[in-house]
Amino acid sequence: MSKRKPYVRKMGATWWLKNTFHTKYIIREGSSLVIAIYSFVLLFGLFRLSQGAAAFNSWLEVMSHPAWLLFHLLSLVWTLYHSVTWFNLAPKAANLWIGQKRIPDNWIVTGMYAALALISLAGLVLVLI
Amino acid sequence: MADVMKIDILRYRPETDQEPVWQSYDVPYTREMSVLEALAYIKDELDPTLSYRWSCRMAICGSCGMMVNGIPKLGCKTFLRDYPEGMKIEALANFPIERDLVVDMSDFIAKLEAIKPYIINDQPASLEDGCHNQSPKQLAQYKQFSMCINCGLCYAACPQYGLDNSFTGPAALALLHRYNQDSRDKGKAERMKIVNAEEGAWGCTFVGYCSQVCPKDVDPAAAIQLGKVESAKDYVIAMFKPGE
Repeated sequence: MSKRKPYVRKMGATWWLKNTFHTKYIIREGSSLVIAIYSFVLLFGLFRLSQGAAAFNSWLEVMSHPAWLLFHLLSLVWTLYHSVTWFNLAPKAANLWIGQKRIPDNWIVTGMYAALALISLAGLVLVLI
Repeated sequence: MADVMKIDILRYRPETDQEPVWQSYDVPYTREMSVLEALAYIKDELDPTLSYRWSCRMAICGSCGMMVNGIPKLGCKTFLRDYPEGMKIEALANFPIERDLVVDMSDFIAKLEAIKPYIINDQPASLEDGCHNQSPKQLAQYKQFSMCINCGLCYAACPQYGLDNSFTGPAALALLHRYNQDSRDKGKAERMKIVNAEEGAWGCTFVGYCSQVCPKDVDPAAAIQLGKVESAKDYVIAMFKPGE
């Protein structure tokens, strides 16, 4: 008779804390939650703007509270962390060639940063004009 | 006189143990000693009941995958000198433990078989046609992904597979990509059904640890992301071919 009794280990809710690579991954993915909240806050600001200057100004006043400033700072740092780590992974999803040579990974990463700089600049120009 | 290292090993003897238990061994070691040699020392000199798998001792057979301090490693490619604080060895994560360091890989093997890991071509070239010509670029499209030794370290590194083993997983999807990219192969349409499935490439959340632990630099994470690109193209093309 077989004595086989394979033991299956369970992955607990804290599996991502056991390995720094996984922890960094969850931190990266966690940014999506913060960005979702940030987007709702921004959309609410747009909604208040549609209600007139007084409504928008009261929203602005709420936003100047230190807790909201901290939230925005946290969102910025987390988004930048997501961007940097995501840009580093981008070459894995690209199979680009020039003739018989594959485009080096750092070209793709640099291209991502260049695109970010250009889009940010365009956004800044749009806001300032 | 050689230094002595304390090595903790997660033991599981199905006939007596209800769950795995840690056991310590003191192993004299030299600079050149690999984890696999340490296990051999334990089995020969300290405890003949210890079970583990090994074969080639040169990082090519993929038999001796295990967790060393929580990280998937090949026993033959990992050296005691790099762990001066001691080490904890356990069976490869995300697989059922059969006994001690031996895991049941049958699910992984079934997945490898399912992706049809061979060249499919209804009209193979005959001998009269001469040899297959492949440009360096055509070879480079799949060569890296053909280096897999089926050690399973990437599955042990993949939380997606650990949480839900219906996910096809890194090595099988990398091997699938390898055959899809081979210019001699015509089986892409058959394999795309596996890539397109929810448990195929789209089951991957791009943790990327599989590529980090791969002892052969196969980069399964890259293969899967490229699989997603192919799957997206396949989806768009299918929209223009209704009924197929």
